[in-house]
Amino acid sequence: MTKIGARIAAVAAFMVTLAACGGSATPAPQTDVGITSNSILLGNTIAQSGPAAAYGTIANAELAYFTYINNTQGGVNGRKITFKILDDAYNPAQTVPLTKQLVEQDKVFAMFSGLGTQAQTSVRDYLNAQKVPQLFVATGATTFMLDESQHPYTIGWQPPYQGEARIYAKDILANHASAKIGVLYQNDDYGQDYLKGLKDGLGTANASMIVDAESYDVTAASTASQLATLKAKGADTLFLFTTPAFTIKSLVITTALHWEPTIYLNSVSNPQVYMGIASKAGAALKNVTSVGYIKDPTDPTWASDSGMQLYKTVIANCATCNVNDGFNIYGAAVAWSMVDVLKQAGTNMTRANVANIATSGLNESANPFLLPGVVVKTTSSDHFPITQEQVITWSGTGWTRQGSLIDERGTIK
Amino acid sequence: MVQRFRTLPPRYWLVLVVVLFFIGLPTVIDSFQAGEWAQALVLAIAIMGLNILVGYSGQLSLGHGAFMALGAYISAILVHRYKLDYLLTIPIAGLLAGLIGFLFGVPALRLSALYLALATFALAVVAPSLIKRPAELTGGVQGIVLLPPVPPQGASDAYAAVTGAAMTSDQWTYYVTLAWGLLLFWLAWNLLRHRTGRAMRAIRDGEVAAAASGINLAGYKTLAFGISAFYAGIAGSLFGLAAGFVSPDSFPVGLSIQLLVGAVVGGLASIPGPLIGGIFAYFLPIESNQWVPLQTWIPAQIASTIEKAGPAVTYGAVLILTMIFAPNGIVGLVGAGYGRLRGRLRGAPDRESGQMPQDPQTV
Repeated sequence: MTKIGARIAAVAAFMVTLAACGGSATPAPQTDVGITSNSILLGNTIAQSGPAAAYGTIANAELAYFTYINNTQGGVNGRKITFKILDDAYNPAQTVPLTKQLVEQDKVFAMFSGLGTQAQTSVRDYLNAQKVPQLFVATGATTFMLDESQHPYTIGWQPPYQGEARIYAKDILANHASAKIGVLYQNDDYGQDYLKGLKDGLGTANASMIVDAESYDVTAASTASQLATLKAKGADTLFLFTTPAFTIKSLVITTALHWEPTIYLNSVSNPQVYMGIASKAGAALKNVTSVGYIKDPTDPTWASDSGMQLYKTVIANCATCNVNDGFNIYGAAVAWSMVDVLKQAGTNMTRANVANIATSGLNESANPFLLPGVVVKTTSSDHFPITQEQVITWSGTGWTRQGSLIDERGTIK
Repeated sequence: MVQRFRTLPPRYWLVLVVVLFFIGLPTVIDSFQAGEWAQALVLAIAIMGLNILVGYSGQLSLGHGAFMALGAYISAILVHRYKLDYLLTIPIAGLLAGLIGFLFGVPALRLSALYLALATFALAVVAPSLIKRPAELTGGVQGIVLLPPVPPQGASDAYAAVTGAAMTSDQWTYYVTLAWGLLLFWLAWNLLRHRTGRAMRAIRDGEVAAAASGINLAGYKTLAFGISAFYAGIAGSLFGLAAGFVSPDSFPVGLSIQLLVGAVVGGLASIPGPLIGGIFAYFLPIESNQWVPLQTWIPAQIASTIEKAGPAVTYGAVLILTMIFAPNGIVGLVGAGYGRLRGRLRGAPDRESGQMPQDPQTV
């Protein structure tokens, strides 16, 4: 009996310990989780590995900008910004637990610049239910701006994909009215959003201009068979609604197929350095058109521009960032808007107030990293922060801006 | 009654302690960690299923991630489209996955070991693509978002009475998973100790001998596959509940490999093995991702590579180490260590010299 008594006593002691420790976990509701008297904690999920790893540098550039603000201005209103970056490998199945981790374990004040259309869609309901701001998601999927009323804590930043595709449609109708269009798009909400914008922009009368649209899964290895199909269908104009790695591959494959279509390339894959990689790998890059809204670090026009100087100072805080990579200046630009919102919030640092400023109270005409004239603006009835873009064409070594800014504000409903 | 308890072997007490540990765990960790542990238990259930197939029946499957996906999607679709209560859908998902596993097993198990591995591997490879196609049903690449379950009032009150704080959805998910885990481990334990288990082990150890003893080879192999798929289906369904989200990419080929590695590292053909394997398979990649960047002695170039390759590298390393130093997994290692310790404490002859220890009491 004594043996059993000792065992039971041990188990009982264990249970008591458990119960005693249990009382400590009492989460009290707070209106400003992640804010202390001298710090602001922001969280981010982004693809730093996997099929869209090229985007990973964006978060590093954002961190570089926050470091710059912390070092030169002592943070925002005396609070230094801490920025926690987690790699979700462009896989929504990882974004969901990582976002939960940032919200529930790290207790971030807000999520900032999370990347990936699928990834950010998969956590949108959760973040809104938790009333955690999901600010300036790094995706131009139209739903993040258009459906703001159902998701008051969520807002995008970059121009909507549908708006960009409409600009291409206008360009096609004006300059290549008899084009036979072949589209290669990523089989997800991002690719489908671009495709919808293109179809809407062409209008029902010109719908037959699209001879074929082929899709690829982001987990696929190659786009060769899709491109061969597009070529076989007789397309003479190729639209690439593809992420950077697939864009480079597709440009190379197109040349390898001895195919020389007019190419329209989505802005989410167009930094000059990626074009350079494609060119080195054998892509011909003839007649390539895209759009821009950010100053291109490789464009000599901006050599003495004060915004570009600032960017170079900022990016020096990031050892792994390539100063010429357009994604890095994107990161600096969106971080500039984030700091702007925090400054506006002032002493009222609640999640609700910050989300409200971002979604309805933005008015920046002086973001130093954007093309002159590009305005970042939201109101209570318009939640599209950036809508202006300029057509650019590939000159062989860099992008050349054509015409002037085209504004798609109010065209997407 | 007391007499019966007194004669229980020590492992029963160990089981009791482990069960109490898991019941008490959410009260000492925070809600988010309870969610993580729920995920680890989900993997443990799936690995238990795989263990029945691989460890006890000797059939290799590289496709159990696909059966998890099946279970998860059955539950998610029933909840999302037909507004069924999530708890109801768990057994449905398990039974349907089990049935489909059984049917898949009929032709597949006529293949010998390596070819079966390839056939199931193909299943794991095509699963994500197959899920994407009927987009209206499965949500396509978008997946299905499930809202966190609300703990029933009774459970929440009971929990509040013990800990003083209301139960969160993660904690509720944890307890649901734990309840299923206990049930399924108990089932497996009973199944494998009796006639069916003996038949399976006989097939594993020698098919010809088993057939000569009158065991229906095809029947038992298919049965093992079906049961195994049933476990994976339940695990998949619970996975959806715990993650709050199912998408094709939640079930990559890597998941099937992860399950197999977990089964091997935990210890094949043992009941506690899958539990250890599940905890290992869930926490190792997370811990390695957090651990590697903190190690200043690893050159930055190598660290960043390992970090990106993440789970794959650590899995590989641990798997190799396990194969070298503990071919029977962690359970085998602990079992051998315990056996040796007990031998020495009881004064068994030293294996090397054959001499008795001089004074057994002080060793």
